[in-house]
Amino acid sequence: MDRIKLSRELSSIENGETEGLVGEGPIIAITGPPGIGKSCLIDKILFELAPKMKVAVLAVDPTSPVSGGALLGDRIRFNVLDDNERAESIYIRSIATRSSGGSIPLIVQDLSSHLLAHDFDLVIIETVGAGQSEIRCAAVAERIIVVEGPARGDSIQAEKAGLLELADLIIVNKSDLEGSEKVFNDLTISLTLSDDPPNIVRTSALSGEGVKEVANLMLNLEARESSSRARARQKLLMAHESKIVTNPKFELILDRISQEGLSIQDALRELDE
Amino acid sequence: MGGRQRIVIAKPGLDGHDRGAKVVARALRDGGHEVIYTGLRRTPSQIVRTIIDEDARFVGLSSLSGAHSHLFPKICELLREAGLNDVVVFGGGIIPEDDKKELFSAGVRAIFGPGTTSAEILQFVDEASDRNCGVGSEDDWRWGV
Repeated sequence: MDRIKLSRELSSIENGETEGLVGEGPIIAITGPPGIGKSCLIDKILFELAPKMKVAVLAVDPTSPVSGGALLGDRIRFNVLDDNERAESIYIRSIATRSSGGSIPLIVQDLSSHLLAHDFDLVIIETVGAGQSEIRCAAVAERIIVVEGPARGDSIQAEKAGLLELADLIIVNKSDLEGSEKVFNDLTISLTLSDDPPNIVRTSALSGEGVKEVANLMLNLEARESSSRARARQKLLMAHESKIVTNPKFELILDRISQEGLSIQDALRELDE
Repeated sequence: MGGRQRIVIAKPGLDGHDRGAKVVARALRDGGHEVIYTGLRRTPSQIVRTIIDEDARFVGLSSLSGAHSHLFPKICELLREAGLNDVVVFGGGIIPEDDKKELFSAGVRAIFGPGTTSAEILQFVDEASDRNCGVGSEDDWRWGV
């Protein structure tokens, strides 16, 4: 694999300078709140999957809405890169959300597709730390893993609508910490009320508990049928948003809203022109 | 001006002092750049691997342990070996005046010591982006010399 060439190709796709290749294969988004252990867990999963599989990870972190810059800090969790044998079959790239409002910028789909065309067997997308209703990742990834953990509120949290409903697999991470069993039980009870409940696994990125099981489940992960309409909805919304933010007038109109008091309705009309 | 750059901020070697590296990373972020932080105690080859995967055009090396004269040139050498001649290398930390010349001739383009303002570092990145001053370039331009 020519890493330098691949990296530069990905940059040029990300910058909208070229179109990437079209590849087929599994794209799995791993999402969940900030600090729940997504990066550490993916690191442990990579120890299971590589070097048998070629795996690419696109780790998304937020772009500053003020400066347009970003601090991309997911990479520091990936100890698997210190393992020479495995590191060869792994590619990890940090992605900033840039102009996208969601937890994954739409361009990640093209980047994933390009990586799959370069013989990667699997692309894992680590989203920005996401809250209850952050379901944009459904537009990019066909399969979604939601990571939860202890000390995230009472059992009512498990009943609330949103992200959990779109999960194809739920992980309760930090099983080494107190309270993780209760979260696991609350979620399990809540899931029994669903028509096609996803699997739920307890893991600890610290001790390694459950990681093998998750790695195996990931290889045969199926998208749940009940969420296909919700996914289509996210795809449509995200494509629409992307059309707006890539409009050449967008930045100028933002300035006019914030500085000249242009109304949002008028701004929308101007963007449509 | 240079526009948004992808910049790796790295801590090579056995050195646990990362306040400076984090402040610089934050200043570059606030200056509109995309910064990838490597974390502590990285080897030169790990740092080069990060630069490759992340397609970074700049790498900032931070050292307060005294090993800069070994580590910085090693990283420059590995970058050239990998064919990454267009990557711009800069450094910072506690670097004695007497050591600077050797680091510059190894390919480091700027050395920022204590008291450097973030505005100066941003200005360096902007100017360096517009020049062909990567680690494999013959250009003898040095920041602040």
